[in-house]
Amino acid sequence: MSAAPYPYAWAAGYYDDGDRPQVVTSRFQYDDSYTLDRYHATGGYEGLRKALGMQPAEVADEVKKSTLLGRGGAGFPAGVKWGFTPAGVWPRYLVVNGDESEPGTYKDRLLMELDPHQLIEGCLIASYAAGLSQCFLYVRGEMALAHERVAKALDDAYAAGYIGKNILDTNFSVDIVLHWGAGAYVVGEETALIESLEGERGMPRLKPPYFPAAIGLYGMPTIVNNVETLSNLPFIASNGSAAYTAIGTETSPGTRMIAVSGHVKRPGVYEIVNGSTTFRDLIYGDEFAQGIRDGNELKAFVPGGGSAPWFVADQLDIPFEGREASGAGSMLGSGAVMVMDDTTDIPAAALTLVKFYAHESCGKCVPCREGGTWLYRILERIVAGNGTDADLDTIRQVGESICPGDMPHAASERLGISAVPFPYKMTTICFVGPSAYVPVHSAMTLFPEEFDALVTKREPRSLIHVTAAPSGGQ
Amino acid sequence: MSRLTDANVALAREIIARYPKKKSALIPLVHLSQQQNGYVTEDAMRHVAELIDVTPAEVYGTASFYEMFRFEPTGKYLINICGTLSCALMGADQLMHHAEHTLGVKAGSTTPDGLITLQHAECQAACTEAPTLQVNYRHRFRVTAADFDQLVDDLRAGKLDGEIPPHGTLGRNRQHIPADRAVGAQHPDDVTTGPAWIEIAEAAQ
Ligand SMILES: Cc1cc2nc3c(=O)[nH]c(=O)nc-3n(C[C@H](O)[C@H](O)[C@H](O)COP(=O)(O)O)c2cc1C
Ligand code: SF4
Repeated sequence: MSAAPYPYAWAAGYYDDGDRPQVVTSRFQYDDSYTLDRYHATGGYEGLRKALGMQPAEVADEVKKSTLLGRGGAGFPAGVKWGFTPAGVWPRYLVVNGDESEPGTYKDRLLMELDPHQLIEGCLIASYAAGLSQCFLYVRGEMALAHERVAKALDDAYAAGYIGKNILDTNFSVDIVLHWGAGAYVVGEETALIESLEGERGMPRLKPPYFPAAIGLYGMPTIVNNVETLSNLPFIASNGSAAYTAIGTETSPGTRMIAVSGHVKRPGVYEIVNGSTTFRDLIYGDEFAQGIRDGNELKAFVPGGGSAPWFVADQLDIPFEGREASGAGSMLGSGAVMVMDDTTDIPAAALTLVKFYAHESCGKCVPCREGGTWLYRILERIVAGNGTDADLDTIRQVGESICPGDMPHAASERLGISAVPFPYKMTTICFVGPSAYVPVHSAMTLFPEEFDALVTKREPRSLIHVTAAPSGGQ
Repeated sequence: MSRLTDANVALAREIIARYPKKKSALIPLVHLSQQQNGYVTEDAMRHVAELIDVTPAEVYGTASFYEMFRFEPTGKYLINICGTLSCALMGADQLMHHAEHTLGVKAGSTTPDGLITLQHAECQAACTEAPTLQVNYRHRFRVTAADFDQLVDDLRAGKLDGEIPPHGTLGRNRQHIPADRAVGAQHPDDVTTGPAWIEIAEAAQ
């Protein structure tokens, strides 16, 4: 459609200018990045060969030493998670989470479309190390191109002897099956993913057990990892954990893919150095999003996908480090930064997210099923100019029934409030319920005057734009 | 009417064989039926149930949870316009307004000629390219009103037939596991020992 302003026409939104290390995006510069030929020409499947020359336990140990953190949202160390599988219980499965649908998140789709062999190699290394005998690659249904690219890559890798029986003439054998999702955000939650893979409605399972590593697919030990997490493994296997931990910080090593969207001059997907890069770098840096559009001011930003409590300018100097983000009242989540400038109608912006989570409730828990809908309906009324003071109280009461106790939020010097650290308590099975409350709670806490104005004026509005129309230049 | 064709039954059996338990093939097979018929019919669900040894109610029970499955005739092209935050910030509501006007139908309905169904959609994992839409789950980025009109013209003129297959077709190619390379799926109850490379490694220690 509009002429692509990014360097590689085939890699929409991706930028690699600046001098940043590339762990997972090194092939995005090639227009044939997804082919086996290109993969071979750029060191492909070398990590697998190295791994197969080591004992499985040694490979697992190397991954543990790399402190590779899960990229699906929870940030749990992959090597530690693999160790949770109970000894002597077989078979064990690998389920790859390619369901990417958290609002603002755009990275796994690129990794699947542009470097499917890297992901496949990651699956193979994980299966070898953790003794996983079948792998299911669950790709979100709405990603037609990713399905085509991954299917072709799997066929080529089977034909070349990388997947299937006696891989590279060793005793390592594993099948990788491409599985199609069919559209449901909550299926990204790992136990719902497993239910869906069993042919059921995608509803999260009751916890404990907290990890499907003990009881997962068909009741067997199952490792669920995110696409980006697994895509890091070829680098770690090829270059060793020391090369990986040399990038980033001790608690957050390596790189991360971050999508910056919304009101910035150069929205894009960037592979950043983990742990040390700050939100200010990312939103204002020349090699990143280059500041707010049209010379406007930053109003607020969502730091880690639609489920994350919002930040304002006071939090710009927080780095991409889990504990720093949670201390400041939010989370890094799935690597998605959504930026709002001062033309944004904050209640209307929050409404889009509340609507999303209310819509995506699977209906298993009452506080989420009923509460999410209530939050959406009430907020919609307020945004339309028909709300009252009492509606604001009701929102807080409904929120309290989903997340009892202190709700995390950011500090604001303007309002003289300090941060309440993440996480919250919750009455629901999964995070969809709380995520319906988070955006409206953040919006009401950080911009109370906008809600007060709406309920005081009570001027019905018909067509509400979340933001001023973007000017030229986009 | 609208049971799976013989060719698709063969494909269905190939898909079923990949899973340790047949029911895991439920969603892929319902997709296959939607590819064949353009939407999910009752006969197709009965047929899928026979193929994986469950009841038709179980097929419908699962299928009805998922948004991509449509249980009534749908346009050849399904246009989904994203309205979640990143797209809303870049004018998604204006785009939807324009789309409804251009097509002369409200979101959620199909043009009288049966060609295009227009829908509100949620985050499409292309947030930096807002506002986005998908036609039969193929992305279009940074869509302006003029882009939208051009897209509709091109769809009507059949110019995009090579790129965008009719609604229901997920990928233009599918995975085929070669029989001589496949390990084969085993029912979990039939697996009693660990995989060869782990047993041997542990025995050697
Ligand atoms: C509601 C919900 C949606 C989620 N969606 C995704 C998703 O789309 N992709 C993903 O990788 N993880 C998602 N997760 C996180 C997964 O449950 C799980 O933690 C993750 O896939 C584990 O992989 P990792 O350790 O490699 O990050 C979601 C979690 C919740 C609660
Ligand atoms: S919190 Fe919501 S989406 Fe999650 S299990 Fe409960 S009802 Fe389902």
